[in-house]
Order: sequence, then structure tokens, then C-alpha cells
Amino acid sequence: MSQFIQDLGKSTRTSFTKLGRSTYFLLQTVSGILSVLLRPRLLLNQMYSVGVLSFLIITISGLFVGMVLGLQGYYTLSDFGAEETLGVMVAASLVRELGPVVSALLFAGRAGSALTAEIGLMKATEQLSGMEMMAVDPVKRIITPRFLAGLISMPLLAGLFSAVGIIGGQVIGSGLLGVDEGAYWSQMQASIDFQDDIINGVIKSVVFGFVTSWIALFEGYDAIPTSEGVSRATTRTVVNSAFSILGLDFILTALMFGDH
Amino acid sequence: MQHTNNQDTLVGIFVAAGILGLFFLAMHVSNLSSFVEEDSYTITARFENSGGLKVKSPVSAAGVKIGKVSSISFDPKTYQSVVQMSIDSKYNTMPDDTTASIFTAGLLGEQYVNLEPGGSDTYLKADGKIEITQSAIILEKAIGQFLFKSAEEKK
Repeated sequence: MSQFIQDLGKSTRTSFTKLGRSTYFLLQTVSGILSVLLRPRLLLNQMYSVGVLSFLIITISGLFVGMVLGLQGYYTLSDFGAEETLGVMVAASLVRELGPVVSALLFAGRAGSALTAEIGLMKATEQLSGMEMMAVDPVKRIITPRFLAGLISMPLLAGLFSAVGIIGGQVIGSGLLGVDEGAYWSQMQASIDFQDDIINGVIKSVVFGFVTSWIALFEGYDAIPTSEGVSRATTRTVVNSAFSILGLDFILTALMFGDH
Repeated sequence: MQHTNNQDTLVGIFVAAGILGLFFLAMHVSNLSSFVEEDSYTITARFENSGGLKVKSPVSAAGVKIGKVSSISFDPKTYQSVVQMSIDSKYNTMPDDTTASIFTAGLLGEQYVNLEPGGSDTYLKADGKIEITQSAIILEKAIGQFLFKSAEEKK
């Protein structure tokens, strides 16, 4: 029994230290933003590896998710003779939920894990300490550009995901299943509100980009510098990112769309 | 150097595609394009019961959308519902004896205001009032009346 109490105390202590370290790490990262903006080349390189390399997986998944929504939505809506509202269904579910959430999950799997492994390996091979020896701040030089790149890329990727998905839904809906194309777009435009839906979706994706990059970079920076430690840190990144994305999505949805 | 130039181009394409996607969502998917509204003028109608009408519900004439409901309030003196509608100023030739009725799109669909033009020669002006109105049909009420009537007939 006393062992259990002791374990509980220990896990509480370690989780609080981790929270404190990650917050301190975040503050350090954010404080480096100005110096990164003065050297946009660093940011650009990371935009390439974080954003451009995730581009293909995001667009293809977006297309398929939109097509599936079109197909499933049509089957359900046609029971009520309401196929014309297919556009609303596809667009609302993509813009509000699936666009930000699914692209953030893919982003965590594609870019977040790579970031953790990269930083973790840099730590394991003592590149980070090497930089400190040369009086180069590794957080400003390595971490902040990656963080900023994730923060910028995420809303762009989520917007792309939703846009491609809506086009995919239209291809299936009006190309294959015979929903009127004009009704698809006009019903959508009548129901989707710019402020309520599009802007809130973008806010969601910015929040997810923030959280995913933070988790990925911190786990890499905090990894035990062995091959096993790095592999564990990578797993933790994906798992923790998925949890935080889904949990935060619930909270954000409740806050944003609660009054409807 | 070639390598970094390629990377620049790819990042440029990525950012342009992302912004294009967001722009597409804003202009083509949402109602932002209808925010950039041409001038509109407001008219008011009083209904005994405005049912499930909401702000932003469409106002249409002959089946074509010509405006939207801008506010709904309750008048505590006459116990009526005061519905303000903003009508696109393109359509400024509605006669002043226009009838406003609240209809439902489909059996259970959204409610909207339908304007039925009368025969008068003078037009409704800005802040004009529509005198002839017809309330929303409340489905529960209609069913209740029907049941009551059929019970009466049985006696």
C-alpha cells in the first residue's frame, strides 16, 4: 500500500516536472521567433521538410475523405429525398471538423514523428551540445524554425484538405450519383458561414499546429539520448499528439459551436 | 545553389496552394461573397406569429431570393412579431400593397418570408411597412384543429 502511495507521488512529481520543463521549453522556443524571422532561410528549409513533404499525403487523403463523405452522405440523405443538401453536409463536416482534425493527425504522423526522431538523434549524437559549445543557441537555431514552420504549415494544409475534399465530394456527388451541381454549391454557400465555420476551422488548425509541433519538438528535445529513448519519444509524440488533437477538438467545438 | 532554388520554388508552390485553398473555402464555399452586399433597404412587416423564422432567413418573391431577415422582435403593445427585412436595392419596385407570408420550404424545411406583389402603382420605400401579412402555419396547431374538427364531426 505504501508502495502504491509512493508510486503515485513519484508519478505526480515527474508529470509536474515534465509539464514545467515543456512550458519552459515553449517559452524559450517562442522567444526565439524574432531571431528566426531575421533569418528566413532557416524557416524556409523547415517549411520544405514540414509542409511541402506533407503536401501530397494531405491532398490525397483529403480527396478520398471528401469522396467517402459524398458517397455515404448521398446514401443517407437520399432516404429523405434531401440529396441536394449533400454539399452542406460535405462542406460543414470538412470545414468544421474533419479538415482540421484529420490533417492534424496526418501531420503528427508524417511531420511530427520525423521532427522528434531528428531532434532526438541530434541529441543522441551530441550535435545539440556541440552547438552550445560553439555558443550557438540550439533552441533558436534548431527548434524555433521547426516550430514556426509547423505553425504556418498546419492551417495551409488543413485549408487544402478541406478544399480538395469538397471538390472530391462534388466529383462523386454530381459526377457519379447525379446530385445537381448548382444545388451542391448554392446550398453550401447558403449554409456555410464565413465567420462561424471557415474562421473557426482555421483557428482550430492553428491550435492543432501549435500543439503538435510543441509536443513533437519537446519529446525530441527531452528524449533519452539512446536509440531506444528516441524510438520511445517518437511513439509518445504520435500518441500524445493524437490525444491532444482529439481532446482539444472536443473543447474547441463545444466553445465555438456550443450556442447552435 | 540549384538545390536551394528548387526548394524555394517548392515552398512557394506549397504556400500558394494553401492560400488558394483557404481562398477557395472563403469565396466559393462560404457566404463571404454575399457579405459584399450591394446596397439594401429595410422594410418591416408585423406578423401575428412568425413561427420558426430566424434572422438571416431568406426573403423571396416568386421563388427568387431577394433579401434576408435582418431582425425579429416582439412588440409588447400589440403582441405581434416585428420582422425587419433587408431587400436588395436592385429590387426597389415592390408595390406598397405587397403581401408578406411565412412559408416553409418543403414539409419540414426552413421557414422563409414570401413577398407577393399587389397591384398598386406606388412602390415600397426604404423603412416602409407591409400592411398585409399572413402568419406562419404552425404544424402542431393545424394538426390540433384537424383532430378537433374530425372529433366534432363524429358526434
